[in-house]
Amino acid sequence: MSAIYILWLRELKRYTRSRTQIIASLAQPLLYLLVLGFGLGPVFRLSGNGNYLQFMAPGVIAMTVLFSSMFSGIGLLWDRQFGFLKETLVAPVSRVQIMLGRTCGSATTAMLQGALVAVVCVVAGFRPVSLAQILPALGFLALTAIVFAAAGTAIGSTLKDMQGFQMVMNFLVLPIFFLSGALYPLDNLPKPLVALTHIDPLTYGVDGLRGMLIGRTHFGPLCDLLVLGCVGAALTVLGAWRFSKIEV
Amino acid sequence: MIQVQHLSRSFGDFKAVDDISFEVAGGEIFAFLGPNGAGKTTTIRMLTTLLAPTSGSITMDGLDPARHQNEVRRRFGIVFQDPSLDQDLTAAENMDLHGVLYHVPRRIRHERTEILLRAFELWERREQRVKTFSGGMKRRLEIARGLLHTPRILFLDEPTLGLDPQSRNQLWSHVQHLNRTEGVTVFLTTHYMDEADRVATRIAVIDHGKIVAIGSSQELKAQTGTESLEAAFLKLTGTAIRDESAGAADRMRQAAQMWRRR
Repeated sequence: MSAIYILWLRELKRYTRSRTQIIASLAQPLLYLLVLGFGLGPVFRLSGNGNYLQFMAPGVIAMTVLFSSMFSGIGLLWDRQFGFLKETLVAPVSRVQIMLGRTCGSATTAMLQGALVAVVCVVAGFRPVSLAQILPALGFLALTAIVFAAAGTAIGSTLKDMQGFQMVMNFLVLPIFFLSGALYPLDNLPKPLVALTHIDPLTYGVDGLRGMLIGRTHFGPLCDLLVLGCVGAALTVLGAWRFSKIEV
Repeated sequence: MIQVQHLSRSFGDFKAVDDISFEVAGGEIFAFLGPNGAGKTTTIRMLTTLLAPTSGSITMDGLDPARHQNEVRRRFGIVFQDPSLDQDLTAAENMDLHGVLYHVPRRIRHERTEILLRAFELWERREQRVKTFSGGMKRRLEIARGLLHTPRILFLDEPTLGLDPQSRNQLWSHVQHLNRTEGVTVFLTTHYMDEADRVATRIAVIDHGKIVAIGSSQELKAQTGTESLEAAFLKLTGTAIRDESAGAADRMRQAAQMWRRR
């Protein structure tokens, strides 16, 4: 347990020390929020869907968690590059513990980053419908963070160098975001898009978060919870397996 | 302390380590020398549980690394060829993290951290982040960290690569001092023959995965009829230059060096 804790703490310390990175990673959500939020707002309202900023803010928060947890998981590659990974791999600690410590750390920092963006959203004019729902909303944020931190660890354990990183970014992270319904409602979509959005785990994170924050949900919170829980567990097992196969 | 019998490791058709046997006694400083790609690092990886042998047996302090992985890991400390510190943490935090991973109780952890950081002249800088350290300081910190859990054996894989003569000299003085005071067995590799000549009680020369000579520096010189260890080494291994193909790890190492320079 102490090994899991100390590796979790390490991720947290690294996060709080990289101030420039924290601020830099606020730029993208801010861009979506302000440009898309206010740019598409009038069209969205005309189509009878209500306030677009309200609708997309949970999506932008979920996006932040996706990017941040995924990158943090893939940060394994940096540890491999800077050699720190070896130090943990020769320690008398099981690889599962090392993987869990790292993944929990990645998920926690992603949640903090998501919470930070949530505060920015509130400043920009976003209003959650009920304060009592904030806690379950944080629960959905945590589940989403675990799903993608575990996915990031699995990918980071499999990739050999940084070249693969760009591939993952373009062919995995961005599609996951665009297919998640973070930016548009899931009703009345063309068939292929329905299928794709339904197999995207982030869809359920966004939906759960939206359900808690603005009371609007497509699948219902219970379904979201179940899907995220199962996918999270499966990806954690996959990540632990991939991590146990690393050779340095 | 270390017994190796008929140890081999192949990667596909390539035999990186080919039927080697040797023993290292407790308290010895044992140098493992060889040209690039001779099998030094592969041997260290097998001794330190990072790689399973294809055949042959290893006994470390009476234990088999393949079967008692964690017990063996607790008994050695290692300084890798590439740096393995967390640059964003402070020296003290790096030590502490290592101590927790090796199950060193908190009080002993703090006591030993102080003793070792003082011994390696890093105590005053303990609250500073490692990224602000010079190459020599980082190397010293890695050795101090490797000794934190009071290992019986210390592996040093080319620890002086890229250091200036002052840092190299100081580093070996520290290692010799610890070898004498704590009785830790040292297993080292290096490309600098003068270092091996100076610190090692015994030397093994490995080439093409086989041990070609083993003995004290004097014995190796006498055996080859040469004046210096460098000449003896060249006579044993030839003068042809070995080129290693760059694997993914090497390419990342180069990229990492590029980043580090900023």
